Amino acid sequence: MYPTKYHKPADIDAAVAALGSGEDPKVLAGGQTLIATMKQHLASPSDLIDIRGLGLSGISASGGGVTIGATTVHAEVAASKDVHPALAKLAGGIGDPMVRNAGTIGGSIANNDPAADYPSAVLGMGATVVTNRREIAADDYFQGLFMTALEEGEIVTAVKFPAVEKAGYAKFKQPASRFCLVGVFVAKTANGARVAVTGAGEDGVFRHAGLEAALSSNWSPDAVAGVDVSADGLLSDIHGDAEYRANLIRVMAKRAVAAS
Amino acid sequence: MTKVTMTVNGRKVSRDVPDETLLSQFLREELRLTGTHVGCDTTQCGACVVHVDGKAVKSCSALAVALDGAQVTSIEGLATNGELHPMQRAFNDNHGLQCGFCTPGMIMSSVKLVETAKAAGKTLSEADIRQGLEGNICRCTGYHNIVKAVAQAAQEM
Repeated sequence: MYPTKYHKPADIDAAVAALGSGEDPKVLAGGQTLIATMKQHLASPSDLIDIRGLGLSGISASGGGVTIGATTVHAEVAASKDVHPALAKLAGGIGDPMVRNAGTIGGSIANNDPAADYPSAVLGMGATVVTNRREIAADDYFQGLFMTALEEGEIVTAVKFPAVEKAGYAKFKQPASRFCLVGVFVAKTANGARVAVTGAGEDGVFRHAGLEAALSSNWSPDAVAGVDVSADGLLSDIHGDAEYRANLIRVMAKRAVAAS
Repeated sequence: MTKVTMTVNGRKVSRDVPDETLLSQFLREELRLTGTHVGCDTTQCGACVVHVDGKAVKSCSALAVALDGAQVTSIEGLATNGELHPMQRAFNDNHGLQCGFCTPGMIMSSVKLVETAKAAGKTLSEADIRQGLEGNICRCTGYHNIVKAVAQAAQEM
């Protein structure tokens, strides 16, 4: 690992100031991706701004929905009675128990790995990403592979999940890394069904219009069977080609609805 | 260099270390506690698992400087007064190892797996144990005896 300078700011203003001072600073939360990336020399931040001491951890229910602080670890979400069971299940399936004790929701969505679990729940439930500057709708937040709407000096502070009528999540794991080969999050909302797919898209997490239309008119696993899922724009790699992933999207969607 | 103070296996220790020092390096190279193994160094194999403030974490993926003031237990701190921890004894009884490289991490993860289940009033099935050890990889593939050992220790802890 290349040398770096560690900062532990006491409040968000100090964190933003520290982010503005270094040559190539990065925010550090659970570190379960960032530290591994630094060890592989794929990232070499000049400064690490640890935001775990800023009081951004915790889960609070309000108005039927739930707000999860950015530095809340996956294990806490998995064990929470306040979050939707589909979200708890998703959090409890990330990585392994040790990763879940350290990794955070804010870290996951700030990194926006195309095979990460959380982006599918945030997009699928139509959540709102809260930062130190503004609130960003999930539909505007995810912008491509490892790309988000976050600007320089902007830090995710929480994610607000609205109440939904039903939700379910199913993923097909890449067995070695335990990332998603395909993960599908489905939610039945007052404005119809939302379906978000992770692990499969060349541009990261995306919504599937065909599946949403089918499930909006008939919320049942059978409704998924007739939907055409195109392989266009899907990832192909050593673990599975685009056609294989396209089929998995339908299978995972079916399982996600069945689990809802 | 930053001064880091933590309590490791009940002993307060302070060292000046570079900010990029990993907890696994801090334990092995600064404190010479080499029971914590580094296998993959990519957050996958779990050989480096230790307990930090009561939780199992991968020490190869945590910075020592971020853990100033933390309570850390490594495999060397599990036995009390020369008596092996029930999990260590169970691994011995069931020969829950082949080459033994993954064993410290397996034991540290398993202790928390059993403690967490007990705190929730849950009995661990074989499937629960296998799933709970998902983050610990044994390249000898000797999982059967490891699972047996954890099941035995779960009875005794």
